[in-house]
Amino acid sequence: MATTDPFAGERLKESPFHPRQAPMNLRDAWSSWNGFKFADYYYDTVYEYFCIRNFCGTYDICPMQKYLVTGADALAMLDRMVTRDLGKLKTDRVTYCCWCTDEGRMIDDGTIFRLDEDRFMLTCGSPCIAWLRKSMIGFDDVAVRDVTEETAGLSLQGPTACTVLKTLGLDGIETLKPFGIQRFPFHGDTLMVSRTGFTGGLGYELWIPAPLALTLWDALYEAGGDYGIHPYGEAATNMARLEAGFIMPYMEFSEALKTVNYQHDQSPFELGLDWLVDFRKPHFNGRAALLAERERGPRYRLTKLDIEGNKVAEDAILYNNRRCSRQVGYITSAMWSPAAKANIALAMIETRYLEGDIWAEIYYPKELRPIRKMARCTVRDKPFWSGPGARQTPPPAT
Amino acid sequence: MKRYDAIVIGAGHNGLTNAAYLARAGLDVLVVEKNDYIGGAAVTREMHEGWYYSSCSYVCSMMRQAIHRDLDLSRHGLLLVPYLGTVAFGDNGETLIDYPDEEASYLELKRHSPHDADAMSRFQADLGRYAQLIRKTLLRTPPDPASFRPRDIGELLWLAREFWKLGEQELYEYIRFFTMSAADFLEDYFENDLVKAAMASPGIIGTALGVESPGSAYILLHHVMGDVDGNVGAWGLARGGMGAISHAIASALREAGGELRTEAGVERILVKDGATVGVVLENGDELYSDIVVSNLDAKRTFTRLLAPQDLPPRILERARNFKIRGSSGKVNIALSGMPRFTGLPDNPYINRGGQGFVGSLETMERAYDAWKRGTWSEDPFIESVIPSAWDPTVAPAGKHWMSNFIQYCPPELADGPWTPEKRDAFGQTVVNKIERYAPGFKDLIVHMEVRTPHEIENEIGLTQGNIFQGELTIDQLLFNRPFPGYGQYRMPLKNFWMCGSSTHPGGGVSSACGANAAREILRDLKKPNIVPDDDCYDE
Repeated sequence: MATTDPFAGERLKESPFHPRQAPMNLRDAWSSWNGFKFADYYYDTVYEYFCIRNFCGTYDICPMQKYLVTGADALAMLDRMVTRDLGKLKTDRVTYCCWCTDEGRMIDDGTIFRLDEDRFMLTCGSPCIAWLRKSMIGFDDVAVRDVTEETAGLSLQGPTACTVLKTLGLDGIETLKPFGIQRFPFHGDTLMVSRTGFTGGLGYELWIPAPLALTLWDALYEAGGDYGIHPYGEAATNMARLEAGFIMPYMEFSEALKTVNYQHDQSPFELGLDWLVDFRKPHFNGRAALLAERERGPRYRLTKLDIEGNKVAEDAILYNNRRCSRQVGYITSAMWSPAAKANIALAMIETRYLEGDIWAEIYYPKELRPIRKMARCTVRDKPFWSGPGARQTPPPAT
Repeated sequence: MKRYDAIVIGAGHNGLTNAAYLARAGLDVLVVEKNDYIGGAAVTREMHEGWYYSSCSYVCSMMRQAIHRDLDLSRHGLLLVPYLGTVAFGDNGETLIDYPDEEASYLELKRHSPHDADAMSRFQADLGRYAQLIRKTLLRTPPDPASFRPRDIGELLWLAREFWKLGEQELYEYIRFFTMSAADFLEDYFENDLVKAAMASPGIIGTALGVESPGSAYILLHHVMGDVDGNVGAWGLARGGMGAISHAIASALREAGGELRTEAGVERILVKDGATVGVVLENGDELYSDIVVSNLDAKRTFTRLLAPQDLPPRILERARNFKIRGSSGKVNIALSGMPRFTGLPDNPYINRGGQGFVGSLETMERAYDAWKRGTWSEDPFIESVIPSAWDPTVAPAGKHWMSNFIQYCPPELADGPWTPEKRDAFGQTVVNKIERYAPGFKDLIVHMEVRTPHEIENEIGLTQGNIFQGELTIDQLLFNRPFPGYGQYRMPLKNFWMCGSSTHPGGGVSSACGANAAREILRDLKKPNIVPDDDCYDE
């Protein structure tokens, strides 16, 4: 008689790539994402970070939510949900977007893939089926299906990524432009490749029916053997995305639908996502509130900071003077950037203090003793790092 | 005729750093370089189709992060990638793996000696303490202990205070450390010979000293006090080879309006009324400038580019006797595949990083004995790295290049001058040794570049091929570098400066010498300082 696992209800699910990833997780450094067992790192965070910047690495995006939105009204429905104008999104193109509550507060961000005239894939960090169902109200011909578990996604990021895919036999992949989609026959099915990612460098995301996940993994690792391919986890992702200036849920923003305290969520304007909000389209969720916010100006602005010294400003509070008499904001993410060789951070800063001095109050440990340091911050406009030729087509050879 | 504000001789990384800061301060700067490529010893060259060798220096950890950040070398294309997994190979085929994971390294040491596994933490802590102080001095001008200028007194007091912070006992330890041998120093900590040999090997790299010679303990420190992104003791590779460092600094220099001229070797430095006024190039061109900065080593600068009658005799004597003995060779090898080392598991994290063919303390000391006799040992110490495993741009995919640094290799042989045949025989010795540890290695060889001190001197101009531009012994360190009384980059001719590794803080791709010299030059020109402070003071 088969014994049942009494802890089955508490065990994490395994991604379709798990059988290959698990033996490579030498440190048993697991965390979780949407109920899936998920690597924090495999061998060494910095090693994996440098795979992204120097060779290429794979990041398991199976736990990311994927919804197939189909029907004659699919476009209209999504276009009303998100702040960006989807009318411009052509077939086989991908766009980054966000969606808001009626109050203009951000629920989540994600990407929308236009797979066909009336066929879309929406990907996002957290489950959002309830909000999608709410957004469908009033549209007759639209269906939403959660394809998270039937679709395996693997992100391949780094300067050798294109070469690896060419070696894999994806002819013409070098012609794929940023945010474009191409399809390739793969073991009797279709491998979909989008030139998308979360690292600020050259990168692709590979989409395959889950049963073919391991076949894809093996082929990819065979092709990538001479190009330094290596899996990377959450820790390295977080480093790369911060250098690129990308936002992370629960670091830069709290999802509006899950926030208890008033306005402890954020608006797209506060997050510097102005470019995602298109008031030229007639109506979308949160439009009126966002229009009003644009008029009066957002209270906070997510700001890129270059901080003097090399002590990481994690969780630091920001002031407009070094005596700390007036608080002007707080750090959301911070790290020492190996690629930019700078002490970088993203911070929420009250808009009216952006022009003045900004000081971070940093605490760092020195053999158990906490040391306090005031460090001057400089506002940066551009990403801290961007991959050389990352947006070029065809991409540079290595 | 055009007159520059400053001419810097030699486009090595320190010369470029110096010029970049002078240009940023608004000076009209020209760098002249004898070769048709820049970088000096921080250079990448395609020596075989598809293979890009870092022909001289090959790894990086001394580079001052504050300079990298301030000159924005990342934007100028520089990416420093740390490499993992160093293995020491002993005489009898035993291996000692330095795992990136502390616990794994502890267990590995314990396999050799439980005592040494425990002692390692004390060793690292002591070394860390010594390094912490020295690191703070790298981007500072050494005080002149014989001067009563407020600035020198202030700097001496700073140094005294830093020493004092170590505690009374450490003051004694420090003095010992500066003067003792690597082997004696290690005797205080370890019992296992392979552990000792592995730890001692940085103490002889680039130096005409043996593991048993007084002074080698400091060299050891010099090699472990660097860092990559704050990981002290870690070593990195520049993506694209060491030349990427020079090219990034050159790009910063050009952006600041500086000029760079290659194939412009300097024949002579022009001196008028006790002041330098320009240079004469090998092609006869005369170039004039308000100041001249030499990035060449002290011996070459004072004995080859300046006329003896222009110099105080005492300085000429110091320059002639400057200790800059050649002791190292370099063999760059293009490989058709990854070598497989006996006794190592098929673990890609540790079997393709760095290899230290250390043998034992005895083997290393015997290699030194051979050097003293004007020959090379058949069993030399080799420090190898396989950069292609960490950088996709330096060899064709699936192929590799291995950098092999050899200690020792004499600048002159007892049986006459270096010849191509002797050079190749030296290269063969190196290959034979590696073959012993990696059977089949020879079959992988596609191309080989063998560099003895003779080649290094002739190609990039380091006297005797000494990689540090002068030995790092206490008589030639801090305010004694290059000469006692001339430790502040100003040389005994008016408007004449030095900015290379012959000055404080010495050898290594650090940019510190060049930056320090720029700070002093700007000070004399009464311009505001734009050279940043080091960022290691919070440690």
